[in-house]
Amino acid sequence: MNTVGYTAIALQVGAVVAGAPLLTGLMRQTRARLEGRVGAGVLQPWRDVRKLLRKEPITPVGTGPAFRWAPLLLVATSLVLAVLVPLISTNTPVRARADLIVVVALLALGTLALALGGLDTGTAFGGMGASREMTIAALVEPTILMAVFALSIPAGSTNLPVIVAGAAGQPARLASPAGLLAIAALAVAVLAESGRLPVDNPATHLELTMVHEAMVLEYAGPDLALVEFGAQLRLTVLLGLLASLFAPWGIATGASLTAVLLALLLVVLKVMVLGMALAAAEVFWAKVRLFRVPELLAGSFLLALLAVTVSYFLGGEGGQ
Amino acid sequence: MSEGLFTQLLDLACGAFLLAAVVVLWRRELAAIVRIFALQGVALAVIALVLGLHEDRWGLIVVAVGIGALRAGLLPYLIRRALRAFVAEQNGGDGGLGRHGGSEEARETQPLVNVAASLLTAAALTLLAYAVASPLVELDPTPATRALPVGLAVVLIGFFVLVTRRRALAQVVGFLLLDNGITATAFLAASGVPLIVELGVSFDVLLAVLVLQVLTLRVREAFGTTDIDDLRELHD
Repeated sequence: MNTVGYTAIALQVGAVVAGAPLLTGLMRQTRARLEGRVGAGVLQPWRDVRKLLRKEPITPVGTGPAFRWAPLLLVATSLVLAVLVPLISTNTPVRARADLIVVVALLALGTLALALGGLDTGTAFGGMGASREMTIAALVEPTILMAVFALSIPAGSTNLPVIVAGAAGQPARLASPAGLLAIAALAVAVLAESGRLPVDNPATHLELTMVHEAMVLEYAGPDLALVEFGAQLRLTVLLGLLASLFAPWGIATGASLTAVLLALLLVVLKVMVLGMALAAAEVFWAKVRLFRVPELLAGSFLLALLAVTVSYFLGGEGGQ
Repeated sequence: MSEGLFTQLLDLACGAFLLAAVVVLWRRELAAIVRIFALQGVALAVIALVLGLHEDRWGLIVVAVGIGALRAGLLPYLIRRALRAFVAEQNGGDGGLGRHGGSEEARETQPLVNVAASLLTAAALTLLAYAVASPLVELDPTPATRALPVGLAVVLIGFFVLVTRRRALAQVVGFLLLDNGITATAFLAASGVPLIVELGVSFDVLLAVLVLQVLTLRVREAFGTTDIDDLRELHD
């Protein structure tokens, strides 16, 4: 079991690391095609990373350790997430540690590191972006926790592999009202957490609207490459989490190598489809005004809370 | 109908019923609010239909069809007609500023409690409904009584819409949400009331909406808007 488990983890991390920039490239390409442009190609984010890594590292005068460590911490937490989140197999050596609360705390740690990095520069933009990011994060983290709690009640555990394995065995759990409400809430939270369109426009450089971009404005060279790469990793892991929580079909629960390989193929397909659907939807969406963002997030928090109450009470307190 | 399928369908209908009440709080355009109210009427009819099919009571099925026709068809139609009349009048009435005025009348621009706070209040109200209903549920835990808090939550949310909205039509929707919640509670707690009582209640609601519609028109004629805040003093 152990060799297959370790192989599954290695495959998962490899796929996430290699695939994260490709996913961003795919999403940009989808947008470009739908908008009638030719697009830069799916490989462009990898070319950007290569270009940035060759440049000289520069840090602004007067910045401290927070600025220098933030990109590393962001990438490191995202990589740990890529190990923990059950994307292709629920039967891995780290499954006992893949708890929901650990996953959300790691997400928050990455966000916090970047916000501190933005504050450390002392510029107006950095501080503004950091304050906006923390406003959003404060509303998003409880939503993610709540939405997954709704799914953890029928499973009886907050351990993600247990939840996913339970849902793969009993698909009826997902078609219940609690499951549907949790899907809607988690989808909004993932969009906000990864800085996608209705909350934050990843392609903008307009001061009034930017959130993520304002925080990372002072980064250059290899640091910028790390920041971009970290953001891509987070998007990939979150979309993968969404896919394995709500469409767990084909995920490997046993210890056979073919099942793991099949699951790898399926999860790549699922994340690609999700990413393309998101990119296609973004063509038609406008960014929500910053002051309406708390409204959107409060709505998704409410959906998550309803999902928890509904799964607790309608499901008949542990009676399933 | 098998027990599992019955529970699943009832839970799904109750989930949609509660969700519709929440989305009414979320949206600002009155046209969208009325559409969601109609969807909630459909969910209520499905609750009655599922209960009727489960217990083989033809009276309940007839009531379900009647509720569907009234709450998903007639009432939304009446509100929508009033809304259209306001908007058209506003557009025709004062030329250049018309577009702006029309959209003003068709939106709940400034509820007394802002939308984010009212969504969080709705969450608290739902929890309150669950807390209040739990002793009732414990008396006889069947799938229908377990869903009882949903009806109570919609009653509370409807009351909240009624007191925090400014436009008269949004308040009418709040009143109807309240009534939907009461009907759902009756269905879930006691498998509905006798047919004749249900008929009486339905006609009462219809009449109330017609009266409120006339009243709203009068308010509109007197003040040029349906913003209730303008009713500070009596006019003759």
